[in-house]
Formats: sequence, structure tokens, C-alpha cells
Amino acid sequence: MKKKGHYLRRVFVWQLPVRVYHWLNALVIVALCATGYLIGSPPAIMSNVEASHRYLFGIIRFIHFVAAYIFFFNFIFRIYWGFVGNKYADWKNFIPTNKKYFQQMWEVLKLDIFMMKGKENPSIGHNALAGFTYFLTFIAFLIQCITGFGLYASMTDWWFADMFVWVSNVFGGDFALRNWHHAAMWFFILFAMVHVYLVFYHDYVEGRGEISSMGGGWKFIEEEVFEEEKA
Amino acid sequence: MAAPENKRPTYYEELRQRGYSRRDFMKFCTMMAAYLGLEATGTAQIANTLLKTPRIPVIWLHFQECTCCSESFIRSSHPIVADILLDKLSLDYTETLMAASGHAAEAAKEKTMKDYYGEYVLCVEGSVPVDNDGVYCCIGGKSAIQVLEEAAAGAKAIIAWGSCACNGCVQAAYPNPTGATPIHKLVKGKPIIKVPGCPPIGEVMAGVLVHIITFGRLPELDKVGRPKAFYSKRVHDSCYRRPYYDAGLFVESFDDENAKKGYCLYKVGCKGPMTYNSCGIIKWNDGVSYPIQSGHGCIGCSEANFWDNGPLYRQMASFPGFGIESNADKVGMVAAGVTAAGIAVHAIATNVRKKKLVDDLVAEGKESEKELKS
Repeated sequence: MKKKGHYLRRVFVWQLPVRVYHWLNALVIVALCATGYLIGSPPAIMSNVEASHRYLFGIIRFIHFVAAYIFFFNFIFRIYWGFVGNKYADWKNFIPTNKKYFQQMWEVLKLDIFMMKGKENPSIGHNALAGFTYFLTFIAFLIQCITGFGLYASMTDWWFADMFVWVSNVFGGDFALRNWHHAAMWFFILFAMVHVYLVFYHDYVEGRGEISSMGGGWKFIEEEVFEEEKA
Repeated sequence: MAAPENKRPTYYEELRQRGYSRRDFMKFCTMMAAYLGLEATGTAQIANTLLKTPRIPVIWLHFQECTCCSESFIRSSHPIVADILLDKLSLDYTETLMAASGHAAEAAKEKTMKDYYGEYVLCVEGSVPVDNDGVYCCIGGKSAIQVLEEAAAGAKAIIAWGSCACNGCVQAAYPNPTGATPIHKLVKGKPIIKVPGCPPIGEVMAGVLVHIITFGRLPELDKVGRPKAFYSKRVHDSCYRRPYYDAGLFVESFDDENAKKGYCLYKVGCKGPMTYNSCGIIKWNDGVSYPIQSGHGCIGCSEANFWDNGPLYRQMASFPGFGIESNADKVGMVAAGVTAAGIAVHAIATNVRKKKLVDDLVAEGKESEKELKS
């Protein structure tokens, strides 16, 4: 690596639909966590205003429900894109289908998490561990959508949300359903913390423009690595 | 069994004998039709049936329970409810109210079971303990499970009264020492209707029975097996304090100014948003009040496992395995703190272990910077 400088190849990694999905998802998850937390523990407000002139909690809940619909359909769209998108968006990035995937996961764990010494060989798209973590988040998305719409089903007449009436029964009533839904929120908060940190981490140690890649869609890959990957 | 049935007086005849006028009778029918959510012609259907049908035999069993369901039933707002449905209808066998006792009572029950095999309605109040061969509840030398199985065999339909029979209620709460089990888990192949609540509302119980008598079949049930007419809405949806909820105005503690103003009880643990019942509409004690109206949150007594989903006076349940004061938020915040600490350690380790990588990048960048003219 001790050369005068690197020639960097611009590689288009994140297609526009992936980036739109990402930022829309980020926005609604923040909105859902914030409003969801408030629904679980509403702030104490002392007010002399008549209830008929206020709709604060109703608005918080409304934002939560609207964001939930966006979240759900955005998620569905991303699954679709996992079948028609480019190689970095493909569903095979997320679900281990061969032994190599597990080996790569172990490599990432050794080098990036446990900080062991070894040959640095950063991935261009998702690394295997990140991909698998996203798969776990998809499962969390699914749990959150099912429990959320299960709670929402009794408040609506729309057939779509009504499809989830069975959920409450499976979880043993709205009590348990609500607790699951609330506890699962913390997965999203913890994920977001680690996710943002690791983006900075990769940008810092790899110098390939990890942070901005979700803006323009491209990363900058060293010429020799590029040639190696191409071969 | 056709011959003796023809001789038996109809509901209407029995009521007239007891001194009720036709006007009282029609009022009762109208009230029941309204509770059941029937259209206007439903009143005539009910009246017509009660006019022509002799009473259906009912066996009412009591297992692990407190009899609050029976108490609630005989306090339903219209006097005919108690008269028609208890005095006349259910006295084939019910431990609490029947005159007979001992062997005579058991004999009466067995006679009903034999004479009206496949015709009687079995009402069950209470859960059935199944641990240790059911020794925790024995009646007349038989365990509750035996009594239930015998009675269920010839029943046309089974009504599970109250939360005990529907989901085990307090007896089934952790650690459930007697193995208290709700009826639907013990009896298979019979139509079972659940009327949960601790106790259920008297009018609801009467409505369910009147529906079965009038139409000869169970009322429309939801996924859980509860009659839709009474359990399709959350207590929250019919709560007169709902505007305070939507406005975000909550009682913070039971002695604060907000409690006096009658604000929403959500933050002091009201389980109305998760509880399906008609307390907010039918209310209790002849429509006098119901818990929320009396300043106390709904405890969700008609929901499964409401004891284990406590605490009663907090909105958020305890997080399992983390003690009674824990909830998902407290556990989550600790987890977030641990994660933040982990991130900090990792960031420091990065600067130590990946120093060369980072230094190379910095050096490369600085070199390029120098090469450029200012």
C-alpha cells in the first residue's frame, strides 16, 4: 500500500431506488420510534385548554399510523428491488446461501469487530456480516409490521389492516401484542446507533467514501483492488 | 323427549304465572333486542320465541370461581332477566341457587342430562384444575374435570361464563399452582361461547342466553370465541374520557388536579385501549357507572392473562426477567447505554489497531494536498 497515491475507480453501488428506500426508511423509523415512545409514555402536560380544542395525542398517533403505512410499503418495495436491482441490492447479499458467506462473516467479525490483525479485504457493497444483520432487521421489520397492524386492526375498517385481526389472538391478546411491539422498538434504536457508528468507522478506515455513498450512490475503489475483483 | 316438552309451560306462560304483564314482557324483549344489536323486527322474533317455546334445560356448573358471574347475572337491570333466566331457566342444576342439595341435587342433574341429552345448554363458571388428577376441585366425589366431561357430552352448546372459564383468570395466573385450565382447552367438538369478564356484565350474559333461546344457535362470535355484539369494541373506543386521551391530557396520579378534572386514566394504568368489552356502553348496576366513570382505570378483566400483564396501575408491563420495577423502556435504555459504551471502546480500539491503515490514508491525502498549488 506504500505507493505515491491510489488511483480510485468510481463504482456505482447504490441505485437510486435503494437510496430513496434508505432515506425514507430512516425518516419513518425516526418518526415511528419518537411517536411510538410518546404513545407508550406520554409527556405530562398541564393545560387549561379544553380537550375539544386540543388533539395533540391524536396527532402523535396519526403520524405514527401514517409513518407505519409508509414504512410497510417501502419495505415491500425493497423486497421487490432485491429481485430486480443490481448485484449490490440483490437478496443474496442478505441471506446466507453458501459456505463462503459464513466464511466472509467470520472474516468481518475478526477484522472489524474484534480488531484482529489480518489481510484487509473490504467489500464493495454490503459486507457479509452487515448483509446478514440487515436480514435480521428485515425480520424485525416484519415483526413490527405484524404486531403494529395487529394493534391497529381494531381501529380501522380498511380491509388491508383488517387482514391482521388474527394477530392479537396469536399473541394472547392486545396486552401482550402491545408489549412485544414496544420492546421491539428498542431493537431499532440499538440498530440505528451501531449502524451510524459503523458507517463512520468504514469511512474512516477504508477511505472509500462510505458515508457519501448513500447520497450519490458510488464508492471509490482502489484501482488494484478493482482489477483484482474484476478478474 | 317430545311428549314431556309439549306439556311444559312456555317462557311467556311461566312469566304470566309469576305476575308479569304482557307489557313488561314486551319491554324485556325490546331491551334484549337492543342489547343484541338486532334490527327492530328482532323484538318480535324474541317475543314470538319466548311465547311459544318451553324453557330449554340448563345445567350451570361451578368450579374454581368466586360466583361473581352469578352475582352479576341476578343483578342485571331488568327483573325478568333474573326471573326468566335463573328461576325458570337454570334451576335444573346450579350449586349456588338451587334448593336441592347433596344426592338429591346430583340426581336432578343426572336426570336432566339423561332426559335432555343433546338438548341442554351447559353453562360453566370457573376454571378447571387439571394438575394432580384434579384434586383441587371436587364436587360430589368427582373431580371438576370429570364433572365437566360428563356434562359436556350431552350438551347442545357450552357457555363459558367469566374470565375463569374463558382464560383461567386469577387461578391461572403465574405460577398457576392448580393447573387451572379454561374450558375451551378441555372440551373439544362442542360449540363454545366465551363471555369473559370478572364478572361479565349481567345484561351481556342475559343477551347471550336470549339469543340462544330465540335463534336456536350461538350469536356471531369473533376470532377468540366471544359474541361480537358485546366484545367487538375496545373499552377505549366507547370511553367518555376519550377526548382527553386524544388531547393528550392525562391523570398523572390519583390525587392530582387532573384526576379531579376527569382526565384520561391512561398513564395510571388504564387498560381500556387493550380491552374488548361493552362496559362503556351498557355500564354496571343498571347503568349507574363503570370503573372509568368512577375514577379508576380499566384493569382489563375480560382479557386473557390480565393478572400476568400487570402492574395494574402502570401502562407499561414489567419486562420479563428483569424484576417488578422493570419495563421495556428501562431495559432498553440500559441496553442503549451498554451499546454506546461498546461503540466508544470500539472507536478507541480502531485508532490503536487500525492505526496504520488510517495513517496511510491521512498521509496519502496530505501528500496530494502538498502537491497542489495554493
